Amino acid sequence: MTAIPAEYGLVLASVLFMLGLISLLIRRNIVFMLISVEIMLNAAGLAFIVAGSRWNQPDGQVMFLFILTMAAAEVSVGLALILQIYHQLKTLNSDEASKMKG
Amino acid sequence: MLIIFYIASAVAVIATVLVITQHNLVHALLYLVVSFLAVAMAFYVLGAPFIAALEVIIYAGAIVVLMIFVIMMLNLRQESVAQEKKWLNAQIVVGPLILTIVLAGELLYMLSTEASINLSGDVIGAKAVGLSLYGPYVIGVELSGILLMAGIVGAYHLGRQKKKVTHRFLEKQEE
Repeated sequence: MTAIPAEYGLVLASVLFMLGLISLLIRRNIVFMLISVEIMLNAAGLAFIVAGSRWNQPDGQVMFLFILTMAAAEVSVGLALILQIYHQLKTLNSDEASKMKG
Repeated sequence: MLIIFYIASAVAVIATVLVITQHNLVHALLYLVVSFLAVAMAFYVLGAPFIAALEVIIYAGAIVVLMIFVIMMLNLRQESVAQEKKWLNAQIVVGPLILTIVLAGELLYMLSTEASINLSGDVIGAKAVGLSLYGPYVIGVELSGILLMAGIVGAYHLGRQKKKVTHRFLEKQEE
């Protein structure tokens, strides 16, 4: 296998991360914001894989496993929060949830 | 090999752009699956087949299915039958289908020339990852277990519906 240059993989990771960040900034639907966070986490994992492939070490893949675990825990808690917000406010607009109680 | 990586990256970027420009949540999730599959292809080309499999199983499988369940539970109040009829037309599937066919073509090409690919020593397989995961990183595995436990408890606590307390003394206390 001819090795992929690490720069290309990192460019792909940064492009995906920027797309996720842009989506997080311009979207107001709270489920879309959660999807954007998933895209950004995936891009970060891609950067780890590229680095691990560059140095021929398994550490990058181990870090991706930890990112995967964290993303799974994060999305379950985030979706439970979305359910609560929707039941209380009857909307998915994140600007509506700008007041704190107390 | 490089051209396969380029095509997979292009598919990933196009699918992600289409994710963030959709108005409909389910269509966005459809493109999100394609994006994750393209990134899994990039992982495979980069020499991480185990992680590519995990990406397909967990990201494109479990997490997206979880999101679809929550979208179904939200039950957004619109005329659901008419909307269902509108969502079920064929031309919505065309975009993700084209991107997926590109990925499948790449996969078939790689499978047909597999002998020339796997002979190089560049692939880091599941064995090396497992040895590293349960060797120097075993404390990280235990911390991941604690994190998942906290996630389960948190999701259960947040997702629980407030139940009406039936006992009369406790009911007085609740108000």
